[in-house]
Amino acid sequence: MAAIYSLYIINKSGGLIFYKDYGSAGRMDTNDSLRLASLWHSMHAISQQLSPVSGCSGIELLQADTFDLHCFQSLTGTKFFVVCEPGTHHMEDLLKNIYELYTDYVLKNPFYEMEMPIRCELFDVNLAQAVQKDRVALLGR
Amino acid sequence: MKQYANVLDRPISKGKQEVSLSGFAFLFSELVQYNQTQVDNIAELERRLEDAGYAVGTRILELLCHREKGNRRETRLLGILSFVHSTVWKVLFGKVADSLEKGTEHEDEYMISEKELLVNRFISIPKDMGAFNCGAFVAGIVRGVLDNAGFPAVVSAHFVPVDGQQRPRTTILIKFAEEVLQREARLG
Repeated sequence: MAAIYSLYIINKSGGLIFYKDYGSAGRMDTNDSLRLASLWHSMHAISQQLSPVSGCSGIELLQADTFDLHCFQSLTGTKFFVVCEPGTHHMEDLLKNIYELYTDYVLKNPFYEMEMPIRCELFDVNLAQAVQKDRVALLGR
Repeated sequence: MKQYANVLDRPISKGKQEVSLSGFAFLFSELVQYNQTQVDNIAELERRLEDAGYAVGTRILELLCHREKGNRRETRLLGILSFVHSTVWKVLFGKVADSLEKGTEHEDEYMISEKELLVNRFISIPKDMGAFNCGAFVAGIVRGVLDNAGFPAVVSAHFVPVDGQQRPRTTILIKFAEEVLQREARLG
């Protein structure tokens, strides 16, 4: 059964602003998750330079034997990426949904400071619902 | 289109019925953020949001009396309360308020409740801000309407936890001044 291991959101300078793990497979302690976030930020930037085709916008999918990593970059440079089981479908749609939730419950919150870690209750609640719905839909397919 | 010599003779148009929710949310968020930079404590912030709402309430009362009620004036308590609960809410938020209740403990208290205020839809209050509610803006609007209709009152917004629901509902508490109750009693 395909499932998400963890979700990361990094700001435009590569700092981790949101991290959530789903299950023990994806769990990381704080330092490791920060390290991974900046690692991915650098790799994403390097891949834009390495590309033989001009106009490359960075890595969208990384496939390994034990996991897949789907990444979505918004126009402002905020990156949403999810580590999941190999072969999980429809992660791009999930990432787009999460981006919508981010624009609604984080950016419209007057108490949220830009580029800072996300501490918005409504975002957490709606994110949990979105992931749950995705999981249920996955079981149905 | 008929041209009017005097701008005051032009009929008041119905205006656009719909406004972008995102547009409003960003504007309101900016209003809260701006006021946060101007104050030292939460009580001050609440008062400023209320004052901003008061200005809106004053104007909306004038407009709605002309547009909806044909320039009639409410003189009874229940009349003005149901005006706020239905007409004002419908125009501002697109729906009537969830409920209107009379307070059980005090004679002068009434409550308008809403499962979730439109202004609070995208806002998560940080834990260190305690009981602060951005609904103070809406409380200010209600106070503006009541004050200018001749029913002075103290209005505040509160979160009320509900069993079985994670999010508390919001109650606008209206406490009328003594003179209002006395006048109401005289009118019978």
